[in-house]
Amino acid sequence: MAEKYDAIVVGSGISGGWAAKELTEKGLKTLLLERGKDVKHVTDYDTATKNTWEFPHRGRITNEMKATHPVQKRDYPYSEFKPDWWVNDLDCPYTEVKRFDWYRGFHVGGKSLMWGRQSYRWSEFDFEANAKDGIAIDWPIRYKDVAPWYDYVEQFAGISGSMEGLAQLPDGKFLPPMDLNIVEKDVAARIKKQYGGKRAMIIGRSANLTQPHNGRGSCQYRDRCSRGCPYGAYFSTQSSTLPAAVATGNLTLRPFSIVTQILYDKDKKRAKGVLVIDAETNQTIEYEAKVIFVCGSTLGSTFLLLNSADQSGGIGNSSGQLGRNLMDHHFRCGANGEVEGYDDKYYIGRRANGVYIPRYRNLFGDKRDYLRGFGYQGGASRQGWSRDVAELNIGVELKEALTEPGKWTIGITGFGEMLPYQENRVTIDKTKKDKWGQYVLSIDCELKDNEMRMRKDMIADAVEMLEGAGIKNVRPFDNGSFPGMAIHEMGTARMGTNPKESVLNAWNQMHDAPNVFVTDGSCMTSAACQNPSLTYMALTARAANYAVEALKKGNL
Amino acid sequence: MQRRDALQRMSIIIGGTLLGADSLWAKNIDWDHIADLDDSGDIGLFTKAQVKMLNEVAETIIPTTDTPGGKAAKTAQFIAVLVSDCYEPADQKLFMDGLVQFEDTCKKNHGKTFVKCSKSVRHDFLVELDQEQKAYTKSKKSSDPAHYFRKIKDLVLLGYFTSEIGATKALRFLEVPGKYETIDYKKGDRAWGV
Repeated sequence: MAEKYDAIVVGSGISGGWAAKELTEKGLKTLLLERGKDVKHVTDYDTATKNTWEFPHRGRITNEMKATHPVQKRDYPYSEFKPDWWVNDLDCPYTEVKRFDWYRGFHVGGKSLMWGRQSYRWSEFDFEANAKDGIAIDWPIRYKDVAPWYDYVEQFAGISGSMEGLAQLPDGKFLPPMDLNIVEKDVAARIKKQYGGKRAMIIGRSANLTQPHNGRGSCQYRDRCSRGCPYGAYFSTQSSTLPAAVATGNLTLRPFSIVTQILYDKDKKRAKGVLVIDAETNQTIEYEAKVIFVCGSTLGSTFLLLNSADQSGGIGNSSGQLGRNLMDHHFRCGANGEVEGYDDKYYIGRRANGVYIPRYRNLFGDKRDYLRGFGYQGGASRQGWSRDVAELNIGVELKEALTEPGKWTIGITGFGEMLPYQENRVTIDKTKKDKWGQYVLSIDCELKDNEMRMRKDMIADAVEMLEGAGIKNVRPFDNGSFPGMAIHEMGTARMGTNPKESVLNAWNQMHDAPNVFVTDGSCMTSAACQNPSLTYMALTARAANYAVEALKKGNL
Repeated sequence: MQRRDALQRMSIIIGGTLLGADSLWAKNIDWDHIADLDDSGDIGLFTKAQVKMLNEVAETIIPTTDTPGGKAAKTAQFIAVLVSDCYEPADQKLFMDGLVQFEDTCKKNHGKTFVKCSKSVRHDFLVELDQEQKAYTKSKKSSDPAHYFRKIKDLVLLGYFTSEIGATKALRFLEVPGKYETIDYKKGDRAWGV
C-alpha cells in the first residue's frame, strides 16, 4: 500500500519551499520530495565563514573538479568556495542540440541557496505584452491578480528596496533599501537629468535583510551569500519557508527522492500520486496524495511531465505545448568606464547587491526595431590590487601602490527579454540514461533575431548613458550569451486560457489533471526582463491558496 | 552584479578544455597547517629549487616593507599548487617552460641563476623583464600566448594579495563588516582585502 498524504510537493527550491509552507500552514499533511541530499540550515554551510586564504586554490576550480563538472565549470558560480551545491554533470547528462548551459543543484533548498537574490515585480506591461504584440498566447492573468501575492511573499521573504513609483517596475512591501555609494548616487542623478526622468538608476531590490526580520538576522555585508548565510540574512528555503512548514507539524521532508512519474487515474481523470526512485538505494516507491505541486525547476519539472505524459498516453500534454517555448534572459553585454574624481571617497563593507536600471525601451511611446526591452544591473567601485599600474614595474613602489585603492570604475550589464518560440524546446532523449537509469533531456534552444537586435541597443545605450553621465574611457563589451547562462530558464509548461494552447490555466492548474499544479518557472507565458524568482514565489502562494480552497469545496 | 564582480576579481583567467584530470597536489598538503609548509620540498610539477626561486621572485616583486613580503606569504607554494592542480596541461607546459626561460635569460644577462644574484641585480633583472613583457603585451596578437613574466607576475600578485598576510596586513580586512556605506578616504589608507 502506498503511503498517503493530502499533498505532495516535488522539489524544495524557491517554489517548492513556498508550496510546502502554504499547504502545511493551511492544514494539509504534506510530503516534500527532494531529489538530492539534505542541507541543514547553518550547520551544513561548512565554508560560510572561511576566508579566501583558507581555500587551497583561493576559490579556483581544479582539473579534477572540471572533469566531473564539464557544464557547471562554464561559469563562475561553480567554484572551490562551495562546489557540492552544483551537480556532477557526469551523473546527470543532457543533450545539447545547440549550446545550452544548464546549471543545477540537487539538494534540499535547490537554487534558493545559491541564487542572485535580485527580486523585482513584473508590471502590467509584462502581463499584457504577448496579447499586445500578438506573440505566442496571452497570459491568463494580469498584474492585479498577482499584486496581493507579491505583497504577501515580499513581507514574508524580506525584500530590501526603494520606493520609486515606476509603472514598469511596481513598488512593493520593502525593507529599507541598501545604500548606493556616492558615485552611484551622482551617476543616478545625472542619468535622471539627462533623460528627463524617463530613465532611472536605483539600488537593486534584493532578498537580503537590511534589518532583523521574522527571527532572521540582518545582512552583515560579507558577500559570502552563495555558500549559505549563517545569519539567515537572505531568503532561502532553509532560512525562511522550510522552518515555517516544519513548525506546523504537517510536513514530511524526504531527501534523495527522485520523482520519475506522476501516476494518473484515467477513470477519475486525476493524478493519484507519484513514483519515486530512492537516489541512494534505487528502490522504487509510490506515494499518493489528493493534490500534487510540481516545483522541480523549469526543466526538471518539464522532464517529469513529459515522462509522465509518455506513460499515461499524453495526459498533461494534450496541447502539444509541453517542452516548448523555452526562454531565458540574454545578458553579458553593456559598458564600463572610469570615473574621474572622488579620490577622497571610499566605502566600507562588501555589498552583495548593486544598481538597477529598469526597462525604458518600447514603453511610454518609445518604439524600436525589436519587441520588448531590457534592464541593467551593475555598480561602481574602486579598483583593487588586480588593476594594471602601467607606470610601475616591481618592488616597493608597486607594493605600496597596490595596497591602496585605485580609480573608481562603473559598469552596467543588460538583461534582455527573450521571446517565446515554439521551436525552442526540450524533448526526452531515449538514447541516453543518467546514473539512476532515467532517460535524459534534449535541449534545442537559441537566441533569435529579436534578441540580437536588442543586444545592439543594450550595448549602445550603456555607452550613451555612461558617457552622458561624464564617465571617461567608456568601453562597450559583449561577452556573448547562450541560453541557460542567466539561470532564468522558463516557459516550457505555459499558462493560458485555452487548453489546446497551454498546459496550465490561470491558477497554475494543469488543464488535463486539475489536482496537479505547476508553479516554478515552467509556467511562464513570457519572460519579461526582470529576475523571475519573486514571481514564482507569488504564483506559488496564489496557486496553493486556490488549491486548498478547491480541495475544501470538493473540486479537486 | 555578483557575476560581474566575480569576473572583475578574477585577475587570472584559467580557461580551455579539459584534457585529463591530474592528481590533486593540494590533497597531499595539510591545509590546517599551511603556515608550516616550507619551500624545502617539491610541490606538484615544481621542484624544490623552482619553489625556492619563485619565492625570491615574489619577494623581489613584493618586498618586505613595514608589512611582510611575498616570501613570508608563501606565494611560491600557492603558485605551485595552483598551477599543478588547476591549469590545463597545455598551460602548465607554457608556465613551466617559462620558468626555464626565466632562468636561462637570467644566466645569459647576469651570469648566474636568479637565486645567486644579489638583491639589486634581482630587482634590475625583473624591471627589465617587466618592461619587456609590457612592450610584448601591447603589440601581441590576441591569439599569441602571454609573456612568461606576465604570468609569473600575475600569479605573484594573486598569491600575495589573497594570502592571509596580503589580505590582512598589506591590505585592510574586515571579516564581518556589518554595514555598507560611503566613507572618507585619504591618501595612504589601505584598500580592502576580500
